[in-house]
Amino acid sequence: MPDQQTPNVAISIRGIRKEFPGGVVAVHDVNLDVYDGEFLTLLGPSGSGKTTVLRMIAGFELPTAGTIHLGGVDVSQVPPFDRDVNTVFQDYALFPHMSVLENVEYGLKVKKVPKAQRRERATAALASVRLDSYADRRPKQLSGGQRQRVALARALVNHPRVLLLDEPLGALDLKLREQMQIELKAIQREVGITFIFVTHDQEEALTMSDRVAVFNAGEIEQIGTPAQIYENPATEFVAGFVGTTNLLRDDTAQRLLGHAGMFSLRPEKLHIRASGTPAGPGERSATGTVANVVYLGAGTRYTVSTQEGDTLLVQVPNRENAADVAAVGAPVTVLWDEASAYPVTQTAHQAT
Amino acid sequence: MSSVASSPVRRWQGYLHRHGGMRIAGLLALPMSWLVLLYILPLAMLFVTAFWTTDSFTGELVRAFTTENFQRLFTDPAYITVALRTLGVAVAVTLVCLVLAVPISLFMARVASPRWQPLLIALMLTPLWASYLVKVYAWRVIFSPEGGVLESTFGFSPGFGWVAVVVVLTYLWLPYMILPVYVGMQNVPQSLLDASADLGASSAKTFRRVLLPMVFPSLVAGSIFTFSLSLGDYITVQLVGGKAQMLGNVVYQSFSTDLPFAAAVASMTVIIMIGYLTAVRRTGALDNL
Repeated sequence: MPDQQTPNVAISIRGIRKEFPGGVVAVHDVNLDVYDGEFLTLLGPSGSGKTTVLRMIAGFELPTAGTIHLGGVDVSQVPPFDRDVNTVFQDYALFPHMSVLENVEYGLKVKKVPKAQRRERATAALASVRLDSYADRRPKQLSGGQRQRVALARALVNHPRVLLLDEPLGALDLKLREQMQIELKAIQREVGITFIFVTHDQEEALTMSDRVAVFNAGEIEQIGTPAQIYENPATEFVAGFVGTTNLLRDDTAQRLLGHAGMFSLRPEKLHIRASGTPAGPGERSATGTVANVVYLGAGTRYTVSTQEGDTLLVQVPNRENAADVAAVGAPVTVLWDEASAYPVTQTAHQAT
Repeated sequence: MSSVASSPVRRWQGYLHRHGGMRIAGLLALPMSWLVLLYILPLAMLFVTAFWTTDSFTGELVRAFTTENFQRLFTDPAYITVALRTLGVAVAVTLVCLVLAVPISLFMARVASPRWQPLLIALMLTPLWASYLVKVYAWRVIFSPEGGVLESTFGFSPGFGWVAVVVVLTYLWLPYMILPVYVGMQNVPQSLLDASADLGASSAKTFRRVLLPMVFPSLVAGSIFTFSLSLGDYITVQLVGGKAQMLGNVVYQSFSTDLPFAAAVASMTVIIMIGYLTAVRRTGALDNL
């Protein structure tokens, strides 16, 4: 968020609902404020309604109920071509019968920007994604990463109030994706346009966003900064979907934490010690045996079965040889700070 | 590895796998001989015959090179009229088919719910299941200036003539236009239309700048059908054309008495088709296929 005191609201969504013919409710009741210059990610599994919300902001779908205000104006029933937003599509949606430059110029052309001016702006936009030397190529002559950057230039050249990105990195390989994550973030800082980014990749959401809205079953479960979402998950779903966690509830919570309820305990907050190591002040412990060891490169994940029959995931950075910490079957004690267990609630629609 | 390539069949399959040229030869031997024997050879003979002539006294075929047939075709005003009328009818049929097929295909491919699409395609194809002659005779009854359906219902009928020919040929060939255009429209990804709207283009602009250029190859494919089928037709013209004749009728009338002249007339339609395809290629619209 650019201005912590009085952030201007770019998009304000109130009570939005989308029901498709046939009775499928894709979005239940979503309220969301997006601030000017913010990088907001809509995160959720497929079918959670995040893309439908994005498509309603763009105008491709009209909400069944609720309102969308863009810069203070109600655009709920306005067609896409009259909304000051632009979209980067999952499949890039570049026009195959036009050159790269013509693709980027398209938005300016249909808005009747004079030719010299639009050519200059399109060339500048292509230069900003380092593709100015590809202006005369056809989209099919470009690689996936290049097409992605053309799609970005084609949207940004119009200086929209908000840029919508629908899983734009999904089709790229890992290295390219990581590179594009950094590039996207840099471009966003540079142009200062509000980005709304849809992804199902929680790592992508955490690394790129100012704020993350976690979607599940057509509703927002939690909105917050990446650290808030990860460290203080509001619900059982958020704790499980963003990262890996030990979800301790009912009897398990009673045994391990000393009080009932539901708690999220991240595996990296736990320590593995030799069996019998006493808990320090403010610490809790459990003893058991190592049931499984998964080597992850930078770290190792141990599954520990406690004497009471509970299972705990423990993730340890590989500062030393993983085999030296504990092997399968070894008796161990697991220690953690009492404050690491974060209380979460079960969401209403999950119980049904 | 002794079990591999032991049987003769296996060895033969291995041989084919290693020799790609032999595989292609095996695949194409039959269709290529069919094409050469039944299409290319007769077409070549047609062109050759067009430069022969007949003895005006005996009616015997004279196998000597002459351009007399084409001279007649290009200088006799009657034949020039027929040739131009044929071209005009083919162009008119193609244009009417285009104007009708684009909205119908657009509806079928992008508006109608997927559940209805198979039914719409079936409905569109049903006229093709009826006999050509039955359909044309039906139209003859409709257009007949004396007591025809139009005449007795509305008190007016354009009667037999080139208007009737255009209407009936359009009726006959419309499915050949709709089918490729429908497939073309269906193959345009929805995201491209969304992207166009997203970038500020109204539906009309999206239609003109994105949808139409992308289905242009399909329009061309359809127009090749309607244009060439119209160029060669002579039965419809005979039944509803009244006095209006087309090149097909000239061929039909002269092939028994003056085969070389009939061949020359028939060559004209082939040449017109080649000219049309060349013109389409020139536009460069097919380069992005």
